[in-house]
Amino acid sequence: MKEITASMAGTVFNILVSQGDNIELSQQVLVLESMKMEIPVESTFSGKVMEVKVNIGDFVNEGDVLVVIE
Amino acid sequence: MQKILIANRGEIALRIIKTCKEMDIETIAIYSDADSEMPFVKEATKAVRIGEAPVNKSYLRADLILEIAIQEKVDAIHPGYGFLSENAAFAAQVIEQGIKFIGPSPKTIELMGDKIVSRNTMMNAGVPVVPGSSLGVVNEEEACELAKTIGYPVMLKASGGGGGIGMIRCEDEQSLIKSFTSTKTRAKNYFGSDEVFIEKCIENGRHIEVQVFGDNYGNIVHMFERDCSVQRRNQKVIEESPSPFLSAETKEKMFETAILAAKSVNYINAGTIEFIVDEEENFYFLEMNTRLQVEHPVTESITGLDLVEWQILVARGEKLPLLQPEIKRNGHAIEFRLYAEDPVTFLPSPGKITSIEWPITINARIDSGYESGQVVTPFYDPMIAKCIVFGENRTETLLNAQAFFEKFNLEGIKTNAALFQEILKDEDFKKGNYTTAFLSTKK
Repeated sequence: MKEITASMAGTVFNILVSQGDNIELSQQVLVLESMKMEIPVESTFSGKVMEVKVNIGDFVNEGDVLVVIE
Repeated sequence: MQKILIANRGEIALRIIKTCKEMDIETIAIYSDADSEMPFVKEATKAVRIGEAPVNKSYLRADLILEIAIQEKVDAIHPGYGFLSENAAFAAQVIEQGIKFIGPSPKTIELMGDKIVSRNTMMNAGVPVVPGSSLGVVNEEEACELAKTIGYPVMLKASGGGGGIGMIRCEDEQSLIKSFTSTKTRAKNYFGSDEVFIEKCIENGRHIEVQVFGDNYGNIVHMFERDCSVQRRNQKVIEESPSPFLSAETKEKMFETAILAAKSVNYINAGTIEFIVDEEENFYFLEMNTRLQVEHPVTESITGLDLVEWQILVARGEKLPLLQPEIKRNGHAIEFRLYAEDPVTFLPSPGKITSIEWPITINARIDSGYESGQVVTPFYDPMIAKCIVFGENRTETLLNAQAFFEKFNLEGIKTNAALFQEILKDEDFKKGNYTTAFLSTKK
């Protein structure tokens, strides 16, 4: 099990994957918004999405788990 | 006017408080939980907590702001820039309560806030606009058809957008199709309307704007231009006046056009007409900002005027303090927007400022929202401060700016100060030879 975490604090602007999706390394999984800027979050692994831990509009801190990969 | 509520935060709230103090006007600041320790909270006559940190729970809560304004019996509300400053419904609600809104009429805000309507209004007034659509573009097919007739590259823009948000450059049909749906979705999320339109992309363009001011008696003046071409992500980083590029003749033409544009909507209070200027000095209307601009200190530095004071006088029903022949410019000014961000990737860098050392100099004005020991939170704009450097002429101003940033030091978070030092050494920038592509092509 691997975790994709937030590289900085911000609000979840968009979620691009859902549970069960097979994703590749460097694929965009969601978009955070911080300081009026959209920051794409790319997967640091390849694998199957086990769980998306956040919802659109959630506020996340740096290091919070966003997506869990099998 | 005895008491003004400032519906904003950070440096602009402080800026407004400063002029209010000079005019013996009391100020009510509002602040979110993230801002309770900020200097503007301490400097205001009174500060009232408005809510949690996110903007939709604090600075965008028109209902709560009005409640506080009524409770505190304020005479006027100054909206600053951003947040509710260009929200026509908010301005109307303020006026309904018998409180003055420091800005133009709600009708003007609405007219200029819709970028398609404002384009058409300006076209009808005889102001040149960028070739493009006069109606919203409904679907991809229509977008491609229109783009073909005006020629690529094109800009796809949100009708409710502005300030560089909600626009994307499309090189060809493929990229237009790719961006169409996402731009519409983004427009809906940010601005509440998914209407989009297309404009021709002016290559090697310069972003030059004209400050205007109107009163309730039909007087409208301009306060010269500001060259804001140094941008990242379509957002301004450096602004200067005079523009090092424009000929005196074009400047005069742009001033006349800006006045014509402002007169066509009977403009009252401070406003800015933004133009895009091509290599041959042809200029086209982009949008009108119906508020005080972030970069207004550039104009204040070369004219010696206090634009916030003018705003309050006009809102109080007075005539403009000076008419056109009495407004003079002197010397040169350049504003540097100090952002909490990585100087190379431009990614945000929130965190605690452990120390700031501002150089002590008579050649610079610092409008800062923060002090040492404070935290730049991820909730708001990354701007820490504006550093406005001036001199007798551009050469002297550039030297003063170099000296300023050599002595400047900020610890704790990343800032774009290193980028300013690089720009100040750049031969093209020194010659005034730069367009809106300057930063993206230098990297």
